[in-house]
Amino acid sequence: MAPLKIKKGSSKHSAYNLRSNFSDVQERHTLTVMVDNEAGVLARVIGLFSGRGYNIDSLTVAEVDHEGHLSRITIVTTGTPQVIEQIKAQLGRLVPVHDVHDLTVEGATVERELALMRVEGTGEKRVEALRLADIFRANVVDSTLDSFTFQITGTQEKVDAFADLMRPLGMTDIARTGVAALSRAS
Amino acid sequence: MTRQMTGAKMVVQALKDQGVDTVFGYPGGAVLPIYDEIFQQNAIRHILVRHEQGAVHMAEGYARSTGKPGVVLVTSGPGATNAVTGLTDALMDSIPLVVLTGQVPTFMIGSDAFQEADTVGITRPCTKHNWLVKETDQLSGTIHEAFHVATKGRPGPVLIDIPKDVQFANGTYTPPAKADLGHYQPRVKGDPETIAALVEALETAERPIFYTGGGVINSGTRASELLRELVDATGMPITSTLMGLGAYPASGKHWLGMLGMHGLYEANLAMHDCDLMINIGARFDDRITGRIDAFSPKSTKAHIDIDPSSINKVIKTDLPIVGDVTHVLEEMLKLWKQRGSKVNREGLQKWWARIEEWKAVDCLKFKQTGPTIKPQHALARLEALTKDRKDRFICTEVGQHQMWAAQYMGFEDPNHWMTSGGLGTMGYGFPASIGVQIAHPDALVINVAGEASWLMNMQELGTAAQYRLPVKQFILNNERLGMVRQWQELLHGERYSHSWSDALPDFVKLAEAFGAKGIQCSDPADLDDAIMEMINYEGPVVFDCLVEKHENCFPMIPSGEPHNKMLLGEASTKDAIGTKGAVLV
Repeated sequence: MAPLKIKKGSSKHSAYNLRSNFSDVQERHTLTVMVDNEAGVLARVIGLFSGRGYNIDSLTVAEVDHEGHLSRITIVTTGTPQVIEQIKAQLGRLVPVHDVHDLTVEGATVERELALMRVEGTGEKRVEALRLADIFRANVVDSTLDSFTFQITGTQEKVDAFADLMRPLGMTDIARTGVAALSRAS
Repeated sequence: MTRQMTGAKMVVQALKDQGVDTVFGYPGGAVLPIYDEIFQQNAIRHILVRHEQGAVHMAEGYARSTGKPGVVLVTSGPGATNAVTGLTDALMDSIPLVVLTGQVPTFMIGSDAFQEADTVGITRPCTKHNWLVKETDQLSGTIHEAFHVATKGRPGPVLIDIPKDVQFANGTYTPPAKADLGHYQPRVKGDPETIAALVEALETAERPIFYTGGGVINSGTRASELLRELVDATGMPITSTLMGLGAYPASGKHWLGMLGMHGLYEANLAMHDCDLMINIGARFDDRITGRIDAFSPKSTKAHIDIDPSSINKVIKTDLPIVGDVTHVLEEMLKLWKQRGSKVNREGLQKWWARIEEWKAVDCLKFKQTGPTIKPQHALARLEALTKDRKDRFICTEVGQHQMWAAQYMGFEDPNHWMTSGGLGTMGYGFPASIGVQIAHPDALVINVAGEASWLMNMQELGTAAQYRLPVKQFILNNERLGMVRQWQELLHGERYSHSWSDALPDFVKLAEAFGAKGIQCSDPADLDDAIMEMINYEGPVVFDCLVEKHENCFPMIPSGEPHNKMLLGEASTKDAIGTKGAVLV
């Protein structure tokens, strides 16, 4: 039999470089997943993401139907189009998952996040914080003589912008819920 | 009528109602109530293993050779953790298993109790689904749902963790007909429009190839029948993955042999040069594709798979069909016949002429010369002396011998070939062969092994002896971890780091110590007689076949290379694998 001559170092690509057939563009998608509200279901979803190397930018979960034992998980993730499709297919084959919707491709959506921020300060800084909160329609939900706790709801970008403004004004703590999303009614 | 019983009784009742005849297991503190129930009945046979990993592989062998789910019963803690390798193996190869584990009582969970482990946590990523049952009333329903999940859609292992107090407590038994199977109902019918597009492509293709996998076997014997009908009616070539061997007969006219890293030259070149690739129940594994960006560059690719996540996972598919192989093949055949059973005769004729040229290379050629048995020769003789037996089942361990078995042995029927494909578990074959023999007591069950793999689960010789199972352990003994040694030769400057089997036992004495028969053979002239002696012996046999120590497994696609860069033999291996390829496994 004729031997094949292969030059040293002729392998240019790793067999694990599995994306070559696909687009490299990173996309950000909001997925909403209805699951049975049973023990371990969140661990299954998170384990899937960590085990297969997918990103979680934000994750929100709570029971939405007590009688039907259903929870809604909202996941914001980034990846190439092929990875996003894989994530949806992998989520879809988990046994407690009822359905998976990719809100990013399924038309208009409403996305909101809630955040609480404690801002400490006195004098002009305190007044400025309150003024900016008014512009952003953030509410004061707790107050002491030298601090406010603001509650703000909005898109992630709006919450980011407000947090950026509060930081130099004395923000000492922030808690965010992550994104909850629904498609718009048609 | 509602029936009250203990959880332990419920387990046995539910297994009976699911048609289970055999359970592979090992007792321990947290499953004693279930073992007590097993003691008091005769409908279910319990096979006592010697290690829980063995139990799971036996259940895999049982499941693969029968098409029914395999059932395992082990205790909490170490019982469960020892089952993890088998569970992962079954998950990778899509084998239906129901594994029952004992657990410490519910009120002790989380207290680091004796033999406590977070079994559902540990096995979450290596099962299709798992359950911790905290109430006896839920137990029987969960078992019925477990069988449903394990066998429907893409099959896989499931696990039910049963705390000891749940086994003792009384509850209401739910029969299978009344059980809530949940909403898990995978789609089995393929999209008719895509099927029609595939049939059209089939009619005009000049260089088509069927590339089939374990999905055909898992879909049932009907799928293999339909596949044979379609392949023979169209006259198109067919190759298969390691997992799919036997779906199309090796003696079939259109068979090209296995493809992939150690696949046949003609199969790999046909995959590389085809213009229509029809993937049926395979998953474009990295052992199959080689270098991704050079994989079959000119072909239209159709992919039939029951698991939507297999589609476009690795290779971009032009015609994706999510569905059960049997359903899709039925629809394809029906439509293709309705449209007049057309194929591109002229194109196919030229295509076969090219394939014949590749076949003429005779890539499996070897010469048995000298006083030492070549491993290829040993398997060629084993094949020649056993191939006429319809009841022959072949299991393998993992390594060179596994690839040689796939290359030099022919499989005529589905469910007659048991090997660890996805996970590559050394130590799989011996227990798997026991599971096959339990399911087919009169069959000829042979485990083709390497001495290193075989030692990983050799304790199961006790199981084989106890149940007088006539499994034949055909060990190709090269005193090396052959595949590791081969890679070290090709990739690591012939520095053979820890790849030899030192301090090997005397396999003949070892067999005799367990009450089995041992045969050693080192002379090519004695080989046929020794093999016949093994086959004709009515009991377990350990066959120590001393073979050439430095034989490499060819053909081979080096890591990081495409299909058309195959190595055919020793002369072509020098510097074959580049530095980039060396990082791959």
